Amino acid sequence: MTVLVKVMLKPGVLDPQGKAIADALHRLGFTAVSDVRAGKLFRIEVDTDDPKQAKEVGSQMAEKLLSNPVIEDYELLLETAGAPAGVAP
Amino acid sequence: MSGARAPRVAVVVFPGSNCDEDAALAARNVLAADVKMVRHDERALGDPDLVILPGGFSYGDYLRSGAMARFSPVMESVAAFAGQGGAVLGICNGFQILCEAGLLPGAMLRNEGLRFVCRDVFLRVESKRTPFTLAINKGDVLRMPIAHGDGNWTAERRVYEELIARDQVVFRYVKPDGSRGEGGNPNGSLDDVAGICNVKGNIVGLMPHPERAAEELLGGTDGARLFKSFATTRMAMQGA
Repeated sequence: MTVLVKVMLKPGVLDPQGKAIADALHRLGFTAVSDVRAGKLFRIEVDTDDPKQAKEVGSQMAEKLLSNPVIEDYELLLETAGAPAGVAP
Repeated sequence: MSGARAPRVAVVVFPGSNCDEDAALAARNVLAADVKMVRHDERALGDPDLVILPGGFSYGDYLRSGAMARFSPVMESVAAFAGQGGAVLGICNGFQILCEAGLLPGAMLRNEGLRFVCRDVFLRVESKRTPFTLAINKGDVLRMPIAHGDGNWTAERRVYEELIARDQVVFRYVKPDGSRGEGGNPNGSLDDVAGICNVKGNIVGLMPHPERAAEELLGGTDGARLFKSFATTRMAMQGA
């Protein structure tokens, strides 16, 4: 089973990278862009078919290593073979 | 006084540390220390008086600066040593590692300007409650180099207020005249913070490099004052 872990800076935490990307987009003519936040996405293969277990291990990995709870939030998405990723319940 | 024994200093070497030898040199030259280089996968620190987590790019700065290093076996020993009140100095990447390990509060963001900044900065000593600043006057301005891309220290408002209340801000970036303001802060850190300590004051982290300003040949000796302060504090404690 594939676990997708999305890590984003918390709302309100300054994102210099996102701001630089927004500035670049504006220069390219994408004037409708009002804000950009940059994040990270981890695609992790876990040896289980049990969504509950995959979600559990995904949370543990996100909390222990993949995100820093001081500045970042994370979100889990599960991907089963042949099915598109959906937000874990 | 029983201060005849040379201080023992453990310098931790992670894969990607690149200021470990500089830190060892400063410890030998300024403290006349007996220095032990301790690898990331070792656990024995060698009964040190001081542990230095040096600058560099441990584990290639992958994921987040310091995120991987905090899980090195040696960090369990460092945490235990610090927990018993042992003096720990985290320089640059060492500071990032201490934050990731939860031994110091807050976290690092990318520099505000997104650039890696490598230049001299001016620091104002804000607290004397650490062994590295006890023998320096509060308000003294020190010149030291920085070299980092992720030094934009931040913390949640509530955490920062506690930090202020407990006098845990040790260094702030200032202008050469010692005042705060435009041009002083090189990375956008919260409230111009350049270095902090834990509640007890025995763990200190700072982004600037005192070991790179520890002798005239390197362009300045202000960094040596932190090491000298540590020596003075140690002697005073042994004499007490």
